[in-house]
Amino acid sequence: MSDLALSPEKITADLLPQKFSKRGMIWTGILIIICIAGAYAYFRQLKEGLIVTNMRDYVSWGIYISNFVFFVAISLVGSLITAVLRLANVHWSTPLTRIAEIIAVSAIVFASIIIVVDMGRPERFLNLFIHGRLQSPIIWDVVVIGTYFFLSLLLLYFPLLPDLKILIKNNNGSPKWLQRSYRFLGSFWKGSKEQFKISNKAITILCVTIIPVAFAIHTVTSWLFATTYRPGWDSTNFGAYFISGAFLVGAGAVVVAMYVFRKAYHLEKYITEFHFEKMGRIVVMLAFLYLYFNINEYLIPAFKMKKPEESHLTNLFAGEFAPLFWFAIFIGMIIPIIIMLFRRGRRPLPMFIAGIMVVVGAWFKRYLIVTPTLLHPFLPMSNVPVSFRHYFPSWEEWAIAMGSLAGALLVITFFARVFPIIPIHETIVEDERHA
Amino acid sequence: MDKTKIVIIRPNKSSMNKQTSSRREFIAAGLLAGLAAGCSSNDPFTSHDENVKASGEMVKLLSVDGEIIEVDKAFLKPVPDMPHVSNEAERRGIPGKSFVMVIDLSRCKNLRKCQAACNHVHNVHPGQNWIKVHSMQDGEHEAPYWEPTTCMHCDEPPCVKVCPVDATFKRQDGIVLIDNNRCIGCRFCMAACPYSTRVFNWEAPLPLNTSDKEYSCETSLPQKKGTVGKCDFCPDMTRMGMLPHCVSACPNGVFFFGDMNEDSVTNGTETFRFSELVKDKGGYRLMEDLGTRPRVYYLPPVNRNFPYENGLHNQQDEEY
Repeated sequence: MSDLALSPEKITADLLPQKFSKRGMIWTGILIIICIAGAYAYFRQLKEGLIVTNMRDYVSWGIYISNFVFFVAISLVGSLITAVLRLANVHWSTPLTRIAEIIAVSAIVFASIIIVVDMGRPERFLNLFIHGRLQSPIIWDVVVIGTYFFLSLLLLYFPLLPDLKILIKNNNGSPKWLQRSYRFLGSFWKGSKEQFKISNKAITILCVTIIPVAFAIHTVTSWLFATTYRPGWDSTNFGAYFISGAFLVGAGAVVVAMYVFRKAYHLEKYITEFHFEKMGRIVVMLAFLYLYFNINEYLIPAFKMKKPEESHLTNLFAGEFAPLFWFAIFIGMIIPIIIMLFRRGRRPLPMFIAGIMVVVGAWFKRYLIVTPTLLHPFLPMSNVPVSFRHYFPSWEEWAIAMGSLAGALLVITFFARVFPIIPIHETIVEDERHA
Repeated sequence: MDKTKIVIIRPNKSSMNKQTSSRREFIAAGLLAGLAAGCSSNDPFTSHDENVKASGEMVKLLSVDGEIIEVDKAFLKPVPDMPHVSNEAERRGIPGKSFVMVIDLSRCKNLRKCQAACNHVHNVHPGQNWIKVHSMQDGEHEAPYWEPTTCMHCDEPPCVKVCPVDATFKRQDGIVLIDNNRCIGCRFCMAACPYSTRVFNWEAPLPLNTSDKEYSCETSLPQKKGTVGKCDFCPDMTRMGMLPHCVSACPNGVFFFGDMNEDSVTNGTETFRFSELVKDKGGYRLMEDLGTRPRVYYLPPVNRNFPYENGLHNQQDEEY
């Protein structure tokens, strides 16, 4: 960013939250409509029961659970971009930290929502606390996801404090309730040396603590599967496999968000080609890492072809799920790697396309982890209707899953409407550091 | 609500069998056994008690396997319902018992009477079954056979391990039960069970045949929407000293049920020492290598009573 040489006033003016453009309105409107459709589908599910889904006794976990895994995965990026890079003293990632952190927060919120949606008796949610058994991986998940949510929220909030002061100062045109919210959130922040010292220390502590918690949320999520005996899940590799995939999809999502915010808010001076170049290298590395774990997960069992694994694996490689499986492998990993290996591929537009491929591939990858395994139980599927032996989500499931994705995007969209999506204060500091 | 229910005064055939009379206390409840002991006839609907005269007024009843039967009203006798068992007692189990089941594969011909009785008694939703009868063939040149599966009531139950709220639990008598009033419907237990024994109440259960039932973990009734169900070894029956419904419904005596502490299992007509039966017939458990330690033992399909093909016609309605 050394070539920027912008005045603090210019930076502030550029980065203050802007009103939705016409496109922004359309985007928000579409998201709200999808959310409403999801809410209606969930209302139907509450009324009729989980019968409105196409899950049945064999496929007892469907796209709700794979969507949950997807959300938990994508939320890990907060710890990667913010914590890991910060602790490694990497400065170029400064403009991306808040994007990563709001993705983390909204994803973890919707992970929690979608897991409640999957429950047969959501009204008994409190049983998890009243009758919780510490031996159950679900309770571990409740504990670590709760912890991760609060750490992420703080990691979003503390670096926001200096920006809140800027927002309060530059209150031209924003509605009253918004100004009141800014003051409520940040009026105690004077920006004194002492406050910065405390805040920096707190952020460093958060960065250190959030890394093991981030590893924990996705490792525990992988254990929801790996603690069972089923082919495709019964793996000692699952924690590392899930985490590598999580960093990949999270980084892909940040790339997509970078591109969109850059275009929508004209941030070319702040999110530069240099950032895409750097992120591209990270995504390639993570994609290779995930590919490595995929080879471990699929080729090693396939080498042995134990009987329970055989039908599962052949079904993935060449059967009913083969198109989806190869889609996830090629679109989710191999083609993005090929694109981003080259310098020309690490420019904004190709990166944006590769980022979308990574995210879409990752969503279907989670589906492939959850569902095909359940269709290959140890004992044959006997004495059940034909509908029990297949699974394709019902419209209610699609509506709810898409509604949750739209909801997460809506949270990010509104956040960027209300708060500066690129940290103003830190950008000014970085700029001065270089000058 | 009047806390009585009606039973037909019907001596259990097995309890009339001289060879098994020593195990009678296991088979028949005290009240029924007392009546049965005084009977001399095997016909359940002729007068057993000198004092009871046929009234001529017939009552239509639904039998456990769903058939409508007509019985003279005089032969119906109200008996007090079982005393209420608290939730704590249901979670503890029946003291001193260690229930075990033996399934003799050489006798099964896929009649699925076990399944029908079980579904009927437990109000299982149509299309779902707690008991499944699998058509098995382990290897290419190996012999096919019919394999009924119940809940294995594992001593290391994977379902219980993963339950976040202690809604499914292991009792001291060995039975794994579900408390449907506590289950949150996360279905982790279904994913964890390698025997795919668990079913889920995806929609509201069908109306109960009997209206006045208060929920009990031991009867698993009434079924609750949004919670998990499975074979419960009919602890309500064993509490009364009676056999689980699948055992008494099977005309071929495939299922043996009993108490490991007494080292005895019975299918209602034959009683064996559990340890000897398993030793002599080469009993085994399913998926021993997983370490789940099931309480259901299987006797291999050798010296069969029926050829495998006899069960095939029942399999035809499978594809619906």
